[in-house]
Amino acid sequence: MNTSIGDIRQIVFDTLRPSLQRPVPLSDATNIVNDLGLDSVAMMDFVMEIENRLDISVPLDRIAEIESLGDLVRTLRELKGVP
Amino acid sequence: MSLLDKFASLRAAYDGLESSRANPFNVAFDRVLSPTEAKIGDRDILLLGTNNYLGLTYDPAVIARAVEAIETFGSGTTGSRIANGSYDGHMRLERALADFYGRRHAMVFSTGYQANVGMLSALAGKNDHLLLDADCHASIYDGARLGHAQVTRFRHNDPDDLAIRLRRLGDTQGDKIIVVEGIYSMLGDSAPLREFAAVKREWGAYLVVDEAHSLGVLGETGRGLAEAAGVEDDVDFIVGTFSKSLGGVGGFCVSDLDGFDILRVVSRPYMFTASLPPSVVAAALEALRQLRARPVLRKRLMDNARRYYDGLAELGFDLGPEPNPVVSAIMPDPESAFAFWSRLLDAGLYTNVSLPPATPKGLALLRSSVSAAHTPSQIDHALSLFAEVGRSMGLIAPARLALRAAG
Ligand SMILES: Cc1ncc(COP(=O)(O)O)c(C=O)c1O
Repeated sequence: MNTSIGDIRQIVFDTLRPSLQRPVPLSDATNIVNDLGLDSVAMMDFVMEIENRLDISVPLDRIAEIESLGDLVRTLRELKGVP
Repeated sequence: MSLLDKFASLRAAYDGLESSRANPFNVAFDRVLSPTEAKIGDRDILLLGTNNYLGLTYDPAVIARAVEAIETFGSGTTGSRIANGSYDGHMRLERALADFYGRRHAMVFSTGYQANVGMLSALAGKNDHLLLDADCHASIYDGARLGHAQVTRFRHNDPDDLAIRLRRLGDTQGDKIIVVEGIYSMLGDSAPLREFAAVKREWGAYLVVDEAHSLGVLGETGRGLAEAAGVEDDVDFIVGTFSKSLGGVGGFCVSDLDGFDILRVVSRPYMFTASLPPSVVAAALEALRQLRARPVLRKRLMDNARRYYDGLAELGFDLGPEPNPVVSAIMPDPESAFAFWSRLLDAGLYTNVSLPPATPKGLALLRSSVSAAHTPSQIDHALSLFAEVGRSMGLIAPARLALRAAG
């Protein structure tokens, strides 16, 4: 199955929405800590939800570099090898 | 602007706790009387949040050996074992640990935290892969960060998720090192170690088990979960601490791996810190001797743990999945945990509050740890205080309903 960058963004947003305390508009610019209030472990848990949907593992040093949803989408895309 | 501005929201939360005069992260005991009793001011406090699993902190022989050692060898070693030399006690303690586990090698660190950081950072090199259980202790995550290996996290206690991640690595070069714990410190659950061992064998990985909370607690002879699960041969490295069941401070790693001793001049947290003082080493040696000679301590501990766990479950508290000496009541939110904790302390019972990110899944926990030194009546007293506070906060059913549900 081919996954496009748009698919990855959709998976990220869809995975995130049900776990948010209050509705927040999501975009590539959304800051994961400041706008969504996720702590370090919540962030890793969230990435874990996505990993299995894309069948990739995201190393922790890569997670540590991510600040925005756009960063996350880019990292997932690289690891998945999507052009 | 101040350097510490980045902690502003944490500061506000911390100050809020301080001004409520009920800050679980800033408790001081004015006196400690026994493994289970202390004083704050002139109030008697029953201790149920200590990790003093075998209750050995006031054991007369442990204290006597520590006193002899401090008188004979002095108060400290004033340096690292590599730069400044080992003492006889360090060597004897390492031999005693190797003998206890039936392994060829043992290495002692100055804390359990350093044992994890020291082992993981040294074992996993640049091209290797560390696979950590999602709920592993901070020291395991910090050890992974100090090294240069690629680190991935697998779902807590999920051997299938671990296998999926090993499959994804495929034939990427480098060794694979899996890290799990015996008993997890937050919810008191244990790892499905037989299943993890099977995955480890299938994929040709190494397995590290941190038995910090299971040494002296699980297994026929108290060696921990690897012994209890019958998979010691599959566990390549056991890490542990003297700070819980052994009632002191210090950490260790045991292994049968050829050439293990080279780690002494590789592991920075082993080399670049002062070694344990003679009194601490002597106390740990004696506590280990007692752990081996007095299996009754383990039986008392587990009897107490079951009495306490079953009691809280019957009252209607939401608990971790297994009756172990770590017993955590899951609170609806941090505020309830603080309120519950402070009412217990006012009534003379000390427990722990554990909050995210230190806890799994964002849980707010009111954590207790049971000791072999607790008497059944101390356990029952703690249960009655939990019942009283839990009911008055509306967290559990009122007395009559609870009775009917139990009957
Ligand atoms: C699982 C685990 N590993 C290691 C440690 C660190 O041990 P220590 O406090 O002896 O440094 C702890 C506890 O603090 C722990 O819970």
